[in-house]
Amino acid sequence: MVDKANPVTEAQDAEPSGLSRRGALTCMVWAGTGLLWTLSGGVPKSVGLLGDAFAAVPAGFTFLQISDSHVGFNKPANPDALGTLREAIRKVKAVQSRPAFMIHTGDITHLSKPDEFDNADQIISEAKLDVHYVPGEHDFIDEGLGKAYLDRYGKGTKGQGWYSFDDHGVHFIGLVNVVDLKAGGLGRLGADQLAWLADDLKDKSASTPIVVFAHIPLWTVYADWGWGTDDGLQALNLLKRFGSVTVLNGHIHQIVQKVEGNMTFHTARSTCFPQPAPGAAPSPGPMTVPAEQLRSMLGITSVDVRTGDKPLAITDTILAG
Amino acid sequence: MARSFSDRIAARGVRATLAAVACLAVLAGGQALAADAQVKIANFTFDPPTLTIKAGTAVTWVNADDIPHVVSEKDGKFRSPALDTDDKFSQVFSTVGTVEYFCAIHPHMTGKIVVTP
Repeated sequence: MVDKANPVTEAQDAEPSGLSRRGALTCMVWAGTGLLWTLSGGVPKSVGLLGDAFAAVPAGFTFLQISDSHVGFNKPANPDALGTLREAIRKVKAVQSRPAFMIHTGDITHLSKPDEFDNADQIISEAKLDVHYVPGEHDFIDEGLGKAYLDRYGKGTKGQGWYSFDDHGVHFIGLVNVVDLKAGGLGRLGADQLAWLADDLKDKSASTPIVVFAHIPLWTVYADWGWGTDDGLQALNLLKRFGSVTVLNGHIHQIVQKVEGNMTFHTARSTCFPQPAPGAAPSPGPMTVPAEQLRSMLGITSVDVRTGDKPLAITDTILAG
Repeated sequence: MARSFSDRIAARGVRATLAAVACLAVLAGGQALAADAQVKIANFTFDPPTLTIKAGTAVTWVNADDIPHVVSEKDGKFRSPALDTDDKFSQVFSTVGTVEYFCAIHPHMTGKIVVTP
Protein backbone atom coordinates (compact mmCIF):
# COMPACT_ATOMS: atom_id res chain seq x y z
CA MET A 1 0.00 0.00 0.00
CA VAL A 2 1.41 3.28 -1.00
CA ASP A 3 0.05 6.73 -0.71
CA LYS A 4 0.45 8.39 -4.02
CA ALA A 5 1.75 11.83 -4.70
CA ASN A 6 -0.02 14.64 -3.00
CA PRO A 7 -1.52 16.85 -5.70
CA VAL A 8 -1.80 19.69 -3.27
CA THR A 9 1.86 20.53 -3.66
CA GLU A 10 1.55 22.22 -7.02
CA ALA A 11 -1.16 24.51 -5.73
CA GLN A 12 1.06 25.44 -2.83
CA ASP A 13 3.90 26.31 -5.11
CA ALA A 14 1.68 28.64 -7.05
CA GLU A 15 0.42 30.38 -3.95
CA PRO A 16 1.16 34.08 -4.33
CA SER A 17 2.44 34.72 -0.85
CA GLY A 18 5.53 36.58 -1.96
CA LEU A 19 7.43 34.79 0.77
CA SER A 20 10.38 32.61 0.04
CA ARG A 21 9.59 28.94 -0.14
CA ARG A 22 13.13 27.79 0.28
CA GLY A 23 13.50 24.98 2.66
CA ALA A 24 9.98 23.69 2.76
CA LEU A 25 9.22 20.15 3.72
CA THR A 26 8.53 17.34 1.40
CA CYS A 27 7.07 14.29 2.93
CA MET A 28 8.25 11.33 1.04
CA VAL A 29 7.10 8.14 2.57
CA TRP A 30 4.11 7.04 4.56
CA ALA A 31 3.64 3.39 4.96
CA GLY A 32 2.49 1.72 8.06
CA THR A 33 5.44 2.61 10.14
CA GLY A 34 6.69 6.10 9.85
CA LEU A 35 6.74 9.17 7.74
CA LEU A 36 9.77 10.32 5.82
CA TRP A 37 9.97 14.04 5.37
CA THR A 38 11.99 16.07 2.94
CA LEU A 39 12.36 19.82 3.10
CA SER A 40 12.73 21.16 -0.36
CA GLY A 41 11.69 24.65 -1.08
CA GLY A 42 9.02 25.27 1.48
CA VAL A 43 6.11 22.89 1.41
CA PRO A 44 5.67 19.29 2.43
CA LYS A 45 4.78 17.03 -0.34
CA SER A 46 3.65 13.47 -0.44
CA VAL A 47 5.72 11.66 -2.98
CA GLY A 48 4.73 8.06 -2.78
CA LEU A 49 5.47 4.88 -0.96
CA LEU A 50 8.56 4.31 1.04
CA GLY A 51 10.48 2.35 -1.55
CA ASP A 52 9.37 4.52 -4.48
CA ALA A 53 9.99 7.69 -2.61
CA PHE A 54 13.44 6.82 -1.52
CA ALA A 55 14.45 5.92 -5.01
CA ALA A 56 13.14 9.23 -6.28
CA VAL A 57 14.62 11.52 -3.69
CA PRO A 58 17.92 13.19 -4.40
CA ALA A 59 20.46 13.40 -1.64
CA GLY A 60 19.21 16.02 0.76
CA PHE A 61 18.23 16.52 4.31
CA THR A 62 15.74 13.92 5.40
CA PHE A 63 14.15 13.18 8.74
CA LEU A 64 11.68 10.60 9.89
CA GLN A 65 8.54 10.71 11.96
CA ILE A 66 7.12 7.83 13.93
CA SER A 67 4.16 8.10 16.26
CA ASP A 68 1.79 6.40 18.64
CA SER A 69 3.80 3.28 19.41
CA HIS A 70 1.57 2.53 22.45
CA VAL A 71 4.07 0.07 23.86
CA GLY A 72 2.16 -1.94 26.46
CA PHE A 73 -1.05 -2.13 24.41
CA ASN A 74 -2.13 -5.76 24.11
CA LYS A 75 -5.77 -5.69 23.07
CA PRO A 76 -7.25 -7.42 19.99
CA ALA A 77 -6.57 -4.43 17.71
CA ASN A 78 -2.87 -5.35 18.04
CA PRO A 79 -1.71 -7.93 20.58
CA ASP A 80 1.93 -7.29 19.61
CA ALA A 81 2.67 -3.56 19.83
CA LEU A 82 6.36 -4.25 20.35
CA GLY A 83 6.44 -6.42 17.25
CA THR A 84 4.97 -3.75 15.00
CA LEU A 85 7.27 -1.11 16.48
CA ARG A 86 10.17 -3.42 15.70
CA GLU A 87 8.91 -3.72 12.11
CA ALA A 88 8.64 0.04 11.90
CA ILE A 89 12.21 0.49 13.06
CA ARG A 90 13.29 -2.12 10.53
CA LYS A 91 11.70 0.08 7.85
CA VAL A 92 13.54 3.05 9.24
CA LYS A 93 16.84 1.23 9.09
CA ALA A 94 16.16 0.26 5.50
CA VAL A 95 15.92 3.87 4.37
CA GLN A 96 18.80 4.35 2.00
CA SER A 97 19.27 8.10 2.20
CA ARG A 98 20.11 8.11 5.85
CA PRO A 99 17.75 10.41 7.77
CA ALA A 100 19.37 13.11 9.90
CA PHE A 101 17.21 12.19 12.89
CA MET A 102 13.81 10.95 13.92
CA ILE A 103 10.93 12.63 15.71
CA HIS A 104 8.41 10.70 17.77
CA THR A 105 5.10 12.50 18.11
CA GLY A 106 3.97 10.89 21.32
CA ASP A 107 2.14 7.99 22.90
CA ILE A 108 5.41 6.14 23.07
CA THR A 109 3.80 4.02 25.76
CA HIS A 110 0.26 2.96 26.51
CA LEU A 111 0.25 3.44 30.30
CA SER A 112 3.45 5.38 31.12
CA LYS A 113 4.94 2.35 32.85
CA PRO A 114 8.71 2.13 33.31
CA ASP A 115 8.99 -1.18 31.46
CA GLU A 116 6.98 0.26 28.56
CA PHE A 117 9.40 3.18 28.26
CA ASP A 118 12.31 0.74 28.59
CA ASN A 119 11.02 -1.54 25.85
CA ALA A 120 10.27 1.37 23.53
CA ASP A 121 13.73 2.84 24.08
CA GLN A 122 15.40 -0.45 23.42
CA ILE A 123 13.70 -0.96 20.06
CA ILE A 124 13.77 2.66 18.88
CA SER A 125 17.47 2.93 19.69
CA GLU A 126 18.14 0.18 17.17
CA ALA A 127 17.55 2.78 14.46
CA LYS A 128 20.75 4.46 15.67
CA LEU A 129 19.30 7.90 15.07
CA ASP A 130 18.88 10.86 17.37
CA VAL A 131 15.25 10.96 18.41
CA HIS A 132 13.35 14.11 19.38
CA TYR A 133 10.26 13.29 21.40
CA VAL A 134 7.09 15.05 22.39
CA PRO A 135 4.69 13.33 24.79
CA GLY A 136 1.22 11.99 24.15
CA GLU A 137 -1.42 11.82 26.84
CA HIS A 138 -0.57 8.15 27.36
CA ASP A 139 2.97 9.16 28.35
CA PHE A 140 1.74 11.40 31.17
CA ILE A 141 -0.46 9.05 33.21
CA ASP A 142 2.10 7.72 35.67
CA GLU A 143 1.62 8.56 39.34
CA GLY A 144 3.92 11.53 38.94
CA LEU A 145 1.78 12.85 36.06
CA GLY A 146 4.60 13.04 33.57
CA LYS A 147 7.63 12.51 35.80
CA ALA A 148 8.43 9.20 34.12
CA TYR A 149 8.48 10.86 30.69
CA LEU A 150 10.30 14.02 31.76
CA ASP A 151 12.98 12.09 33.64
CA ARG A 152 13.83 10.35 30.37
CA TYR A 153 13.17 12.90 27.68
CA GLY A 154 12.83 16.22 29.46
CA LYS A 155 16.49 17.23 29.71
CA GLY A 156 17.05 20.63 28.20
CA THR A 157 13.36 21.24 27.66
CA LYS A 158 11.07 23.90 29.12
CA GLY A 159 7.88 23.52 31.12
CA GLN A 160 6.31 20.13 30.54
CA GLY A 161 8.81 19.20 27.85
CA TRP A 162 8.64 21.72 25.01
CA TYR A 163 11.75 22.87 23.14
CA SER A 164 13.16 23.97 19.81
CA PHE A 165 16.31 23.25 17.82
CA ASP A 166 17.82 24.05 14.45
CA ASP A 167 19.03 21.63 11.82
CA HIS A 168 20.05 22.29 8.21
CA GLY A 169 18.64 25.79 8.42
CA VAL A 170 15.23 24.55 9.52
CA HIS A 171 13.80 25.61 12.88
CA PHE A 172 12.12 22.69 14.64
CA ILE A 173 9.69 23.23 17.51
CA GLY A 174 8.39 20.43 19.74
CA LEU A 175 5.21 21.40 21.60
CA VAL A 176 3.29 19.69 24.41
CA ASN A 177 -0.52 19.79 24.22
CA VAL A 178 -1.49 16.86 26.46
CA VAL A 179 -1.05 18.36 29.93
CA ASP A 180 -3.49 20.12 32.28
CA LEU A 181 -6.42 19.59 29.94
CA LYS A 182 -9.71 21.28 30.79
CA ALA A 183 -13.14 19.65 31.13
CA GLY A 184 -15.07 19.81 27.88
CA GLY A 185 -12.01 20.95 25.95
CA LEU A 186 -9.47 19.59 23.51
CA GLY A 187 -5.68 19.50 23.60
CA ARG A 188 -4.09 22.49 25.27
CA LEU A 189 -0.79 24.37 25.06
CA GLY A 190 -1.35 26.88 27.85
CA ALA A 191 -0.26 30.47 28.34
CA ASP A 192 3.29 29.66 29.48
CA GLN A 193 4.07 27.61 26.40
CA LEU A 194 2.52 30.18 24.05
CA ALA A 195 4.62 32.92 25.67
CA TRP A 196 7.70 30.78 25.25
CA LEU A 197 6.82 30.15 21.60
CA ALA A 198 6.39 33.86 20.90
CA ASP A 199 9.79 34.49 22.43
CA ASP A 200 11.39 31.58 20.60
CA LEU A 201 10.19 32.93 17.25
CA LYS A 202 10.73 36.63 17.72
CA ASP A 203 14.26 36.81 16.28
CA LYS A 204 13.66 34.36 13.45
CA SER A 205 13.48 35.68 9.93
CA ALA A 206 10.27 35.01 8.02
CA SER A 207 12.23 32.99 5.48
CA THR A 208 13.28 30.41 8.07
CA PRO A 209 11.49 27.14 7.34
CA ILE A 210 9.58 26.02 10.41
CA VAL A 211 8.62 22.51 11.39
CA VAL A 212 6.38 22.31 14.44
CA PHE A 213 5.41 18.98 15.93
CA ALA A 214 3.09 17.97 18.76
CA HIS A 215 1.01 14.95 19.66
CA ILE A 216 -2.60 16.11 19.27
CA PRO A 217 -3.34 17.91 16.01
CA LEU A 218 -2.87 21.66 16.41
CA TRP A 219 -5.86 22.28 14.19
CA THR A 220 -9.32 20.86 14.72
CA VAL A 221 -9.68 17.61 12.84
CA TYR A 222 -12.82 16.46 14.68
CA ALA A 223 -13.89 18.20 17.86
CA ASP A 224 -16.49 15.57 18.82
CA TRP A 225 -13.65 13.14 19.41
CA GLY A 226 -11.33 15.71 20.92
CA TRP A 227 -9.10 15.79 17.85
CA GLY A 228 -7.84 19.32 18.07
CA THR A 229 -6.12 21.85 20.34
CA ASP A 230 -8.12 24.59 22.08
CA ASP A 231 -5.42 27.22 21.82
CA GLY A 232 -3.72 25.76 18.75
CA LEU A 233 -4.83 28.72 16.67
CA GLN A 234 -2.84 31.06 18.91
CA ALA A 235 0.28 29.07 18.12
CA LEU A 236 -0.51 29.05 14.41
CA ASN A 237 -1.06 32.82 14.47
CA LEU A 238 2.47 33.23 15.81
CA LEU A 239 3.70 31.19 12.83
CA LYS A 240 1.69 32.99 10.17
CA ARG A 241 4.45 35.34 9.06
CA PHE A 242 6.77 32.51 8.08
CA GLY A 243 7.05 31.47 4.47
CA SER A 244 7.06 27.76 5.14
CA VAL A 245 5.45 26.10 8.12
CA THR A 246 4.97 22.36 8.42
CA VAL A 247 2.85 21.01 11.28
CA LEU A 248 3.33 17.34 12.13
CA ASN A 249 1.07 15.55 14.57
CA GLY A 250 0.03 12.07 15.67
CA HIS A 251 -2.76 11.01 18.05
CA ILE A 252 -5.40 10.07 15.46
CA HIS A 253 -3.58 7.02 14.03
CA GLN A 254 -4.31 7.88 10.42
CA ILE A 255 -3.14 10.31 7.80
CA VAL A 256 -4.94 13.60 7.42
CA GLN A 257 -3.42 16.41 5.39
CA LYS A 258 -4.40 20.01 4.96
CA VAL A 259 -2.79 23.04 3.38
CA GLU A 260 -3.67 26.54 4.41
CA GLY A 261 -1.64 29.43 3.08
CA ASN A 262 1.99 28.73 3.87
CA MET A 263 1.12 26.03 6.35
CA THR A 264 0.98 22.35 5.67
CA PHE A 265 -0.56 20.02 8.22
CA HIS A 266 0.05 16.30 8.32
CA THR A 267 -0.82 13.60 10.84
CA ALA A 268 1.10 10.33 10.98
CA ARG A 269 -0.03 6.77 11.22
CA SER A 270 0.52 4.80 14.38
CA THR A 271 2.98 1.95 14.64
CA CYS A 272 0.47 0.09 16.83
CA PHE A 273 -3.20 0.20 15.83
CA PRO A 274 -5.44 2.18 13.47
CA GLN A 275 -8.31 4.39 14.56
CA PRO A 276 -11.50 5.03 12.61
CA ALA A 277 -12.02 7.99 10.30
CA PRO A 278 -13.72 10.92 12.04
CA GLY A 279 -17.31 10.02 12.87
CA ALA A 280 -17.09 6.63 11.16
CA ALA A 281 -17.53 4.68 14.40
CA PRO A 282 -19.26 5.18 17.75
CA SER A 283 -15.94 6.20 19.31
CA PRO A 284 -12.33 6.87 18.38
CA GLY A 285 -11.18 3.67 20.11
CA PRO A 286 -8.76 1.18 18.54
CA MET A 287 -10.05 -0.28 15.30
CA THR A 288 -9.72 -4.03 15.01
CA VAL A 289 -9.12 -5.09 11.43
CA PRO A 290 -8.35 -8.52 9.96
CA ALA A 291 -4.78 -9.47 10.83
CA GLU A 292 -3.70 -9.42 7.20
CA GLN A 293 -4.82 -5.80 6.90
CA LEU A 294 -3.24 -4.41 10.04
CA ARG A 295 0.19 -3.69 8.59
CA SER A 296 -1.30 -1.75 5.72
CA MET A 297 -2.77 0.66 8.27
CA LEU A 298 0.35 1.23 10.35
CA GLY A 299 3.34 3.17 9.16
CA ILE A 300 6.18 5.64 9.30
CA THR A 301 6.63 9.04 7.69
CA SER A 302 9.65 10.47 5.99
CA VAL A 303 10.28 14.11 5.19
CA ASP A 304 12.79 15.17 2.59
CA VAL A 305 13.99 18.71 3.05
CA ARG A 306 15.81 19.68 -0.11
CA THR A 307 17.55 22.98 -0.23
CA GLY A 308 16.82 25.25 -3.13
CA ASP A 309 13.45 26.23 -4.48
CA LYS A 310 11.62 22.94 -4.31
CA PRO A 311 8.98 22.12 -1.70
CA LEU A 312 9.37 19.67 1.15
CA ALA A 313 8.31 16.17 0.39
CA ILE A 314 6.41 14.11 2.93
CA THR A 315 6.19 10.41 2.35
CA ASP A 316 4.25 7.90 4.35
CA THR A 317 5.16 4.24 4.30
CA ILE A 318 3.09 1.38 5.57
CA LEU A 319 4.54 -1.56 7.46
CA ALA A 320 3.25 -4.13 5.03
CA GLY A 321 5.40 -4.99 2.07
CA MET B 1 -18.56 19.90 46.23
CA ALA B 2 -17.35 16.64 47.62
CA ARG B 3 -13.97 17.43 48.95
CA SER B 4 -12.98 15.63 52.08
CA PHE B 5 -10.17 13.61 53.48
CA SER B 6 -11.85 10.47 52.28
CA ASP B 7 -12.09 11.95 48.80
CA ARG B 8 -8.40 12.63 48.82
CA ILE B 9 -7.68 9.09 49.81
CA ALA B 10 -9.83 7.82 46.99
CA ALA B 11 -8.10 10.13 44.58
CA ARG B 12 -4.80 8.47 45.41
CA GLY B 13 -6.02 5.76 43.18
CA VAL B 14 -7.32 2.73 44.89
CA ARG B 15 -7.91 0.12 42.26
CA ALA B 16 -9.05 -2.58 44.61
CA THR B 17 -12.59 -1.44 44.93
CA LEU B 18 -13.45 -3.45 47.99
CA ALA B 19 -10.45 -2.22 49.88
CA ALA B 20 -11.23 1.33 48.85
CA VAL B 21 -14.82 1.15 49.92
CA ALA B 22 -13.92 -0.42 53.24
CA CYS B 23 -11.33 2.25 53.86
CA LEU B 24 -13.71 5.04 52.92
CA ALA B 25 -16.42 3.63 55.12
CA VAL B 26 -14.15 3.95 58.12
CA LEU B 27 -12.94 7.42 57.22
CA ALA B 28 -16.43 8.67 56.53
CA GLY B 29 -17.52 7.81 60.00
CA GLY B 30 -19.19 4.49 59.57
CA GLN B 31 -21.76 5.42 56.96
CA ALA B 32 -22.95 2.57 54.80
CA LEU B 33 -20.95 2.99 51.67
CA ALA B 34 -21.55 0.01 49.49
CA ALA B 35 -20.48 0.51 45.90
CA ASP B 36 -24.10 0.79 44.95
CA ALA B 37 -23.82 3.23 42.11
CA GLN B 38 -21.88 2.63 38.95
CA VAL B 39 -20.81 4.59 35.91
CA LYS B 40 -19.69 2.59 32.95
CA ILE B 41 -17.05 4.09 30.70
CA ALA B 42 -17.59 2.83 27.16
CA ASN B 43 -17.04 4.24 23.70
CA PHE B 44 -15.39 7.30 25.22
CA THR B 45 -18.53 8.28 27.15
CA PHE B 46 -19.72 8.09 30.73
CA ASP B 47 -22.88 6.05 31.10
CA PRO B 48 -25.06 7.43 32.53
CA PRO B 49 -23.72 10.90 31.77
CA THR B 50 -25.65 12.25 34.78
CA LEU B 51 -26.02 10.06 37.84
CA THR B 52 -28.18 11.06 40.81
CA ILE B 53 -27.27 9.58 44.19
CA LYS B 54 -27.93 10.15 47.87
CA ALA B 55 -25.21 11.85 49.89
CA GLY B 56 -22.77 9.32 51.28
CA THR B 57 -23.00 6.97 48.32
CA ALA B 58 -19.91 5.53 46.73
CA VAL B 59 -19.80 5.75 42.96
CA THR B 60 -17.68 3.25 41.08
CA TRP B 61 -16.47 3.89 37.56
CA VAL B 62 -15.60 0.85 35.45
CA ASN B 63 -13.65 1.22 32.22
CA ALA B 64 -14.98 -1.01 29.44
CA ASP B 65 -12.86 0.61 26.70
CA ASP B 66 -9.63 -0.72 25.19
CA ILE B 67 -8.08 2.63 26.00
CA PRO B 68 -7.28 3.95 29.49
CA HIS B 69 -9.27 6.79 30.98
CA VAL B 70 -8.76 9.06 34.00
CA VAL B 71 -11.76 10.21 36.03
CA SER B 72 -11.17 13.71 37.38
CA GLU B 73 -13.31 16.34 39.05
CA LYS B 74 -13.29 19.34 36.73
CA ASP B 75 -10.92 21.32 38.94
CA GLY B 76 -8.92 18.30 40.00
CA LYS B 77 -10.50 17.94 43.47
CA PHE B 78 -10.34 14.21 42.93
CA ARG B 79 -8.57 12.27 40.24
CA SER B 80 -8.34 8.55 39.59
CA PRO B 81 -5.19 6.83 38.46
CA ALA B 82 -5.14 5.72 34.84
CA LEU B 83 -7.88 3.11 34.53
CA ASP B 84 -6.94 0.44 32.03
CA THR B 85 -9.55 -1.94 30.63
CA ASP B 86 -11.79 -3.32 33.41
CA ASP B 87 -10.12 -1.20 36.09
CA LYS B 88 -12.38 0.45 38.65
CA PHE B 89 -12.26 3.60 40.70
CA SER B 90 -14.53 4.53 43.59
CA GLN B 91 -15.34 7.85 45.11
CA VAL B 92 -17.70 8.76 47.95
CA PHE B 93 -19.84 11.86 47.63
CA SER B 94 -20.92 13.25 50.98
CA THR B 95 -21.82 16.83 50.11
CA VAL B 96 -25.13 17.71 48.50
CA GLY B 97 -24.76 19.41 45.15
CA THR B 98 -23.63 18.73 41.60
CA VAL B 99 -20.14 17.48 40.88
CA GLU B 100 -18.86 17.89 37.34
CA TYR B 101 -16.12 15.58 36.18
CA PHE B 102 -14.31 14.62 32.98
CA CYS B 103 -11.65 12.32 31.60
CA ALA B 104 -8.35 14.08 32.24
CA ILE B 105 -6.79 12.65 29.07
CA HIS B 106 -9.87 12.82 26.82
CA PRO B 107 -11.39 16.05 28.12
CA HIS B 108 -14.30 16.04 25.69
CA MET B 109 -15.66 13.20 27.88
CA THR B 110 -17.71 14.82 30.64
CA GLY B 111 -20.21 13.66 33.25
CA LYS B 112 -22.09 14.80 36.37
CA ILE B 113 -22.91 13.36 39.74
CA VAL B 114 -25.97 14.97 41.36
CA VAL B 115 -25.83 14.42 45.11
CA THR B 116 -29.16 14.71 46.92
CA PRO B 117 -29.88 14.74 50.69
